[in-house]
Amino acid sequence: MTTATSPRTGRYAPRPGAAPLPRMIAAQAALETKMLLRNGEQLLLTVVIPTLLLVLFSSVDIVDTGAGRSVDFLTPGVLALAVMSTAFTGQAIATGFERRYGVLKRLAASPLPRWGLMTAKTASVLVTEVLQVVLLTVIAVALGWSPHGNPLAVVLLLVLGTAAFSGLGLLMAGTLKAEATLAAANLVFLLLLVGGGVIVPLDKFPSGAQGVLGLLPISALSDGLRDVLRHGAGMPWGDLGILAVWAVAGLAAAAKCFRWE
Amino acid sequence: MSLDSGPMRSEPVVQVQALVKRYGTKTAVDGLDLVARPGVTAVLGPNGAGKTTTVETCEGYRKPDSGTVRVLGLDPVGQAAQLRPRIGVMLQSGGVYSGARAEEMLRHVARLHAHPLDVDELIERLGLGSCGRTSYRRLSGGQKQRLALAMAVVGRPELVFLDEPTAGLDPQARRATWDLVRDLRADGVSVILTTHAMDEAEELADDVAIVDAGKVIAQGSPEELCRGGAENTLRFTGRPGLDITSLLKALPDDCSAAEVTPGTYRVDGEVGPQLLATVTSWCAQHGVMPDRIAVERHTLEDVFLELTGKELRS
Repeated sequence: MTTATSPRTGRYAPRPGAAPLPRMIAAQAALETKMLLRNGEQLLLTVVIPTLLLVLFSSVDIVDTGAGRSVDFLTPGVLALAVMSTAFTGQAIATGFERRYGVLKRLAASPLPRWGLMTAKTASVLVTEVLQVVLLTVIAVALGWSPHGNPLAVVLLLVLGTAAFSGLGLLMAGTLKAEATLAAANLVFLLLLVGGGVIVPLDKFPSGAQGVLGLLPISALSDGLRDVLRHGAGMPWGDLGILAVWAVAGLAAAAKCFRWE
Repeated sequence: MSLDSGPMRSEPVVQVQALVKRYGTKTAVDGLDLVARPGVTAVLGPNGAGKTTTVETCEGYRKPDSGTVRVLGLDPVGQAAQLRPRIGVMLQSGGVYSGARAEEMLRHVARLHAHPLDVDELIERLGLGSCGRTSYRRLSGGQKQRLALAMAVVGRPELVFLDEPTAGLDPQARRATWDLVRDLRADGVSVILTTHAMDEAEELADDVAIVDAGKVIAQGSPEELCRGGAENTLRFTGRPGLDITSLLKALPDDCSAAEVTPGTYRVDGEVGPQLLATVTSWCAQHGVMPDRIAVERHTLEDVFLELTGKELRS
């Protein structure tokens, strides 16, 4: 009945084993970053839009950014936007489609543990953010930006902002359909871009709305960065606190609700 | 397939006992028992029989509602971290970043393992070299299947789960997949494959488990399963109107013979070399040249249809 058997070659002889964890996580982070940098739509979101906004609004006086040079107002906002574009929008969309196409499912059967995958995703987000920050800083300096303040406060704001946006992005990716995530993540990006103090100062909004908008993670991040970088303020505890609450709530909800398939 | 060239019959690689898995009100797996020993085990069944659910429970994707599952002696959910490096998984579809290239993804999976296979060789063997810089979403269905197969074996696992590995493949790719499964088996890798292709199960499997409505309804080697059915048949053609009484006399008692249509004769019974010789020498004595002579064995397909019914399922 069976027509052929194979000779033993030893080529496929079992030799199972997981690679060392750091190597697995590094490989995963490298692949995730490569996928992100190869994706045109993602680059539009994470690089092109922030750069355009920075250049356009710094050179043309469209929005009244208050006293002082507009680049000093805009750069912290655009940096906050860059963090949001990568940690929230980009990560939500990419993870949503990875879930949809069974990538998360397949990786779950690999030796890479789930927390290793999440660590790699975070590393990939951080690498992308470093590239964004370097690029935007160079452009802003070329446009005449002169930052102030404590670098540690800036780093802390960026990290907490990343945690807050990652939690929300993963919550969306792990619960909604990929198409719904795509639409919702882009919509939220647009709304927060307008209403989160990125290019339009919050004091242009009615005073009733200001209080609510100020509690958004994007507002806390852009406001905190602006306080430090523009006005040389010390630790912006209020903004850090808001971001920390979003981070804890978002990551906890994502951990609880995330569906891998 | 004889087992002396392959792995020894020893400890089961998969042990499923009274597995029940429900999705909402639908019971996908309904008290399924399955023991798979080293070698190749085919899980055969119609669509919706519960094959994929069973395999995915073994892979640790689903928690049983009741019953126990042990894979390589481990609990796939509770001891997943120990089990995962030792198994290879081929999903029915997907599993690859849509923007990744075939080679890139295969290299990545290889990097997650301590002693992976040579990626170049595997790419060459499965004909994935031509995929070049094409991203996954632009690969053909067959290329995607072969990539998924390569990803399942690249980590040098002890046990490989293949969920319909040749569905939608062209005959060449199908052969290539079969050859790889045979080589894996020869080197001591156990394989659990789901399929509804009977010939695939007959070609590859040491053991076949037929699943229907969430239960294993028959299990055994292809030979055992086929032998279990009705007797075999021999047909030959000759001049119409031959007198077969003398043939009946020459045949063993438990055989029957008849001219079913003019010029076509049929012998039912235990068809073996002796019976074939009896028939041909009878033909020679009567100056009959049997233009066509055929032994019709019961195939796995006959057994399968007998067991699971011939009606279309909804």
